[in-house]
Amino acid sequence: MWRDAALVAGKDLRIEARSRVGVNQVVPFALLVLIVFAFALDSDRNTLVAAGPGLFWVTVLFSGLLAIQRSFVIESDDDARDALRLSGLDGAGIFLGKAGAVAAQLALLEAVLTLGVIVLYGVQLQGPVMLLLTCVAATIGLAAAGTVYGIIAAGLRVRDTLLPLLVLPVLAPVLLAAARACEAALAGTPAEGWPWVRLLFVFATIYVTFGVVAFGPLLEEA
Amino acid sequence: MITSSSSRPTQVLGWLSAVSLALTAVMALVISPPDVNMGDSVRLLYLHVPTAWLAMYVSFGVTTLASVLYLWKRTRSRFWDLAAGASAEIGVLFLGLTLLIGAIWGRITWGVWWTWDARLTTTAVLFVLYLGYLAVRKVPASPEVQSRRAAIVAIAAFLDVPIVHFAVEWWRTLHQDATFLSDRRLLDPQIGGTMAWTLFLGVVAFTLLYCWLMAHRFRLAWLEDRLADRAMQIAIDERRAEAGVGTGGAGTAGVGTGVAAP
Repeated sequence: MWRDAALVAGKDLRIEARSRVGVNQVVPFALLVLIVFAFALDSDRNTLVAAGPGLFWVTVLFSGLLAIQRSFVIESDDDARDALRLSGLDGAGIFLGKAGAVAAQLALLEAVLTLGVIVLYGVQLQGPVMLLLTCVAATIGLAAAGTVYGIIAAGLRVRDTLLPLLVLPVLAPVLLAAARACEAALAGTPAEGWPWVRLLFVFATIYVTFGVVAFGPLLEEA
Repeated sequence: MITSSSSRPTQVLGWLSAVSLALTAVMALVISPPDVNMGDSVRLLYLHVPTAWLAMYVSFGVTTLASVLYLWKRTRSRFWDLAAGASAEIGVLFLGLTLLIGAIWGRITWGVWWTWDARLTTTAVLFVLYLGYLAVRKVPASPEVQSRRAAIVAIAAFLDVPIVHFAVEWWRTLHQDATFLSDRRLLDPQIGGTMAWTLFLGVVAFTLLYCWLMAHRFRLAWLEDRLADRAMQIAIDERRAEAGVGTGGAGTAGVGTGVAAP
């Protein structure tokens, strides 16, 4: 299972690295969203600093949707999904691989966006341990839940509109918990943040488990 | 074979729910007293709580259960898939009503249409989740694929509900306390006498209503399903019948189609 996961993740990441869609389009899009938020909030420094964590995670969520969609677009080209199905790889392995590749891209995106938030919004980083754990748990959760819903929507004519409709309400708790945890960390009151970090880990565990169990059957019929 | 979604038992059920709803209306509007704090607006309670009960617990409970039964190989049948879909449709409708009545009530008691407290936020997310579920059901695919996909989405949505609930529950306790009070007070069993009985009657009436709607919606879905199955057979039979006419006089049949075509 783990070897299969590594193979699939490697394949996805290689495709992304070579196509450069992530670097040339998704990352600029994410930065653009940050700037658009600043316009919308009248570039008031205090508002931006206060709303920073929330805006950061909304941006991650929207850009993450693009990454998830990309992850299944590359499978629909040249009927790659059928090849994947015929390859004899373990369903759970394919899930972990695809989710892992999405998670890696999200992590990169979060790193860039953190820089963006520091530079554009003037947010001061505090509580690095909690920020890091929040990012790790939220990224796993986003990638796992996104991949589960990605495969459900994959191959459908309406996937571009169906995926956000399905996945955004599901990811609502991640957005909420991650934003609150980051707020607590940045405000220097980590005690308020730990329940949120725990919730993020619970969410990630539930959806990783669900994906490992359900991905095989879902791939069969996608 | 059934040809209508009505039957003797559902007619009885329909009358029972109509009578109990009428009784609830009388109890709620005339007999039960106005609330000490909220006055007459408390009467919205007798709609708000039963619709919420119908949507969240009964409908979505049945949807989830039916989806699990569909996915479980030993009980897999079209029946459970159709039941899950029918129940979710009713649930979404009544959850929408719950939100609407809640917003009106909120406007009267809190002065705002909407506030981000735990219960409201969970309900809104639930509403959108099941809208997504219904959208998935409408996406064309072969029936079996469609059913299995829908069942998995239903279960994945159901997994999310407790998480959202805890998230917003904590969010509230961490950030805002005051706005939620009136809701809490209401749902604590501090009401008694006529009000409690009216509420109880309302819950019973809406449960009956659910059973009635469910029977009709399910049978309709079942008939649609049958029709889709039989459409091909019917078309073949029709062709055969035409051919049967045609063997009598091939010339007349040919003329017939020739006239009909333009």
